Amino acid sequence: MNREQRNLAYNKYVSAKIPKTKAWPSLFNSFWVGGLICCIGQGINDLILLFFPSISEQSAWAYTLVVLIFLASFLTGLGVYDKIGKFAGGGSIVPITGFSNSISSPAVEFKNEGIIYGMCVKMFTIAGPVIVAGIVSSVIVGFIYWIFLI
Amino acid sequence: MMFLDYLWVFLVGGTICMIGEILIIATNITSARILVLFELTGVFLEAIGVFSFVSDFAKAGINVPIVGFGASLARGVIGAVKTNGLLGIFSGGLMATAAGISAAVFFAYIFGLIFKAKTK
Repeated sequence: MNREQRNLAYNKYVSAKIPKTKAWPSLFNSFWVGGLICCIGQGINDLILLFFPSISEQSAWAYTLVVLIFLASFLTGLGVYDKIGKFAGGGSIVPITGFSNSISSPAVEFKNEGIIYGMCVKMFTIAGPVIVAGIVSSVIVGFIYWIFLI
Repeated sequence: MMFLDYLWVFLVGGTICMIGEILIIATNITSARILVLFELTGVFLEAIGVFSFVSDFAKAGINVPIVGFGASLARGVIGAVKTNGLLGIFSGGLMATAAGISAAVFFAYIFGLIFKAKTK
């Protein structure tokens, strides 16, 4: 068997073995779980504005995100968030809770490889790219805006 | 109209998450790429001024997804350039998102210490 044939056979084998997510149910689940997480966020935001009417809209959102991040981190520690993730896919990744989960999940998982080289390094395997992309793109936007202001 | 507000939040938030799921199914994209992609979309939407228009009716529906994180990066940097000029280019983005990043890292550290990994 030459190399190309072998690769072809291997690819066939891989695509037969990959677990297939049923498209329609997973789309539906990601939709309603994602929507629900956003509604919980809106509820937290409304409660904060109800109890502390003096704070600005901007800080109310910051508080809301901190609460959501706390909840997601806690649920990740309990092992609940990963179960939601298996069920909802994109519905649990795209909200800010997914960002929180992407940091706390490896923190819990790699603790036994050491605090520094296990936990602290692995915490940023997914969050690292997000923060790098955020900083780079915001500097670019800031620079363009600065030129427009001159 | 409380109910209508939450309906918009649900529909917009759900749709954004479903777009993520469609990308995952169609392209087997990793979750890191999803997060970066949606974050950059948020930066772009805020920079061209579309984000605040959607945010007016979708509220948490677009602020809770990572798109909102990207938007506050862009909003922060634009505000900082207005007040601080050149320095704002480098300080604005992180300053606006500092609470979220610090909270995520801090709680991950604390809960990482407290909880044990589940055997899979």
